[in-house]
Amino acid sequence: MQPIAYREIEGRSPAYYALLGGLALFVLFGLSAAYYMEEHGHIVTGMNNQIVWGMPHVFAVFLIVAASGALNVASIGSVFGKSMYKPLAPLSGLLAIAMLLGGLTVLMLDLGRPDRLIVAMTYFNFKSVFAWNVFLYTGFFTVVAVYLWTMMERRMNPYTKAAGMAAFIWRLLLTTGTGSIFGFLVARQAYDSALMAPMFIIMSFSYGLAVYILVLLAAYNWTGRALGDTVLLRLKKLLAVFIAAVLYFVAVFHMTNLYFTKQHGIERFILLDGGIHTLLFWVGQVLLGSLLPLAILFHPTLGKQRPMIALSAALVIVGGLAQMYVTIIGGQAYPLDLFPGMQVTSTFYDGVIHHYTPSLPEIMLGLGGVAIAGAMVVFGIKILRFLPESLENNVVDSHHK
Amino acid sequence: MSVPAQLGKLLNWKWGAVLGALLAVSLVAVAGDEDEGKKSSRVPKPHVVIEKGDKCVEDEAFMKRNHMKLLMHQRDETVHKGIRTTKYSLQNCIDCHASRKNNSVLGSNDNFCQGCHSYVAVKIDCFECHSSKPKPMAARVVAAGNGAVVAADYSGVNK
Amino acid sequence: MSDEINVSRRQIVGFGSAALAGLALAPGVLLYDLAHGKQPDEAVSGKVRWGMLIDTNNCKDGCNDCVKACNTEAHLSGGTKETDSQWMRKVELKDMRTGRATSLPMMCQHCAEPPCVDVCPTGASFKRADGIVLVDKHICIGCRYCMMACPYKARSFVHEVVTDQNSDLPRGKGVVESCTMCAHRVDRGQTTACAEACASAGHNAILFGDLNDPNSEIAKRVATYATTQVRADLGLNPGIRYQGI
Repeated sequence: MQPIAYREIEGRSPAYYALLGGLALFVLFGLSAAYYMEEHGHIVTGMNNQIVWGMPHVFAVFLIVAASGALNVASIGSVFGKSMYKPLAPLSGLLAIAMLLGGLTVLMLDLGRPDRLIVAMTYFNFKSVFAWNVFLYTGFFTVVAVYLWTMMERRMNPYTKAAGMAAFIWRLLLTTGTGSIFGFLVARQAYDSALMAPMFIIMSFSYGLAVYILVLLAAYNWTGRALGDTVLLRLKKLLAVFIAAVLYFVAVFHMTNLYFTKQHGIERFILLDGGIHTLLFWVGQVLLGSLLPLAILFHPTLGKQRPMIALSAALVIVGGLAQMYVTIIGGQAYPLDLFPGMQVTSTFYDGVIHHYTPSLPEIMLGLGGVAIAGAMVVFGIKILRFLPESLENNVVDSHHK
Repeated sequence: MSVPAQLGKLLNWKWGAVLGALLAVSLVAVAGDEDEGKKSSRVPKPHVVIEKGDKCVEDEAFMKRNHMKLLMHQRDETVHKGIRTTKYSLQNCIDCHASRKNNSVLGSNDNFCQGCHSYVAVKIDCFECHSSKPKPMAARVVAAGNGAVVAADYSGVNK
Repeated sequence: MSDEINVSRRQIVGFGSAALAGLALAPGVLLYDLAHGKQPDEAVSGKVRWGMLIDTNNCKDGCNDCVKACNTEAHLSGGTKETDSQWMRKVELKDMRTGRATSLPMMCQHCAEPPCVDVCPTGASFKRADGIVLVDKHICIGCRYCMMACPYKARSFVHEVVTDQNSDLPRGKGVVESCTMCAHRVDRGQTTACAEACASAGHNAILFGDLNDPNSEIAKRVATYATTQVRADLGLNPGIRYQGI
């Protein structure tokens, strides 16, 4: 049984530098957008007193959710003992850290007072989910870094299982915290639900794995390394299962809401006459993000073709972003029900659907976060040994019992 | 040669002497001159118009060092406990120290807060939210405790 | 400079007495309680719970004297763009089944169990001992989570640079703000700006006072007449109560 060899990618081709340069450019755009927003205030964005969280949060929450899910691949190896996943684990750890960093950067730069980050690190209200998240997110970096160290430092390998278990539990807590940001809000009909946290957990599995598959395909394709079907087909089947699970949670969530008469307003808005939100829900989240990828991945021939697998993963990501938009912005667009049974109007947009137009600085900031994650991965695999030299079938099979 | 060995080579007496000489020269250059205003390369000391000076709240040296601590403590007392004593309040500072020229503690390097803060390059966060202008006389009302409404007593700060 | 500050003691006493006389409209009919005028160096206490009672039967459609007074007091622009701060707003209601129309002012409800306080990561959103819910703008980082959490959409975010603030009500770009129940006036024994404006215009729809004091006008009224709290089912026990809805 030959041991798996990990090697840095060469990373000296013009294409590599172009990729890194392109990502750096988007990081620069993101930072300049953040500076512009901080200098002039949020008036330059599309966010307002009705829609307080916008595109930056759509990107940031997606990245954070996907980050915790990306670690799943490593967990399946270390915690559940599936040895086929073990060579995939270091990349999984890198992706997790990179995406979390990107998401958090976007969140922190969107704050009204980003200069008060020290305040956020020193004054805590421990009843707040955000305060818990400060510890969960920063702790995640440490836990995953230690986990990576146990994997990449040969003398620490015996501790990989323990570190992996710690990382697994930590990421479950972290994603529960992320979902609870919304789930704990009793004020808004779109959120107020215990289902939010587990739904975010299952969404993290799906989005994280989709990102992982795309990155794996790209990395091995563009460096000319061998990626066998054993690994890829196993991952794509897992992705299909996760997509189905997300669809189930979404279905239960909406069906339960539809059963409560008092929730009919918000459901009608999301499912029927919410304009962009309805479109993004049915076409973005359900059709493109769930049903189409499922159809492709379960198809006997299409599901084995690499371009189609890559397409499915990309569709899941698109669907995930749509899901974030519908949840975050759709949930704010629907007015609060202060006076049930009453028709309400005011100068503060009570009783009417709230409008939101994403602005360029917000989108640039969000993409900047994605670029930070991308740059970290692209650079990371060049300087450290995250990627196995070969994931050819016979190499992997000898490990895979 | 390996890096640790190369470093070891540096730590002999000749290099130590050179390093020591460099440090001595720098220290002399920095500590040397007393009359800072004469050096053209130095930033001129601020000329700040204090308006109402002398010891009003505390003495000058104490205030220079500790005004920020007094303000930080007072702001919590006022916001969280509703304690509105005037002695250490920001409003009291502004009411006395606002420049007669532009009725503010900001605006130019002659103004009270801006002058020193611009010299030491410490950004003032207060005036993102607080008005830098003194309160108009008619608005300076405080409760005398028995419910009577009286104008603020600033007699203690008069020269 | 000393001329401007040195107001003679006679002037102060004269001004003070006139003001005090003006405040007591008739024996016993004070629009707020002077009995709880607090000393400046006294901390607020939980013995007092400030609240307001809004009689919507006296609230005229189209009248927004209270909103205008609040805007004037806080130096708000009064604008109603989606990014403008509105600490207080008039809401027009129409019962969809019966057709009955009414209007009422809506502002921070100063809940006893505020969701905005629960969610604030730094503790900037907090409830004072006397029941007034405030934003400590020194430690607000502008994350807007409290705005997501508020069931009454009471909070506003400052989207652009602010100048010419009221010295008693600092406000600035990048922090969240809402009705302070005129804590700066209340601490000095006065009433809220909205209640004062409503009373001087003769509508008498807003009554401010100490809910914990059984002898206060507001406590007596809420003990006598039926009053409701908006979104009472959430169990937040707001300090603002409404009659007539």
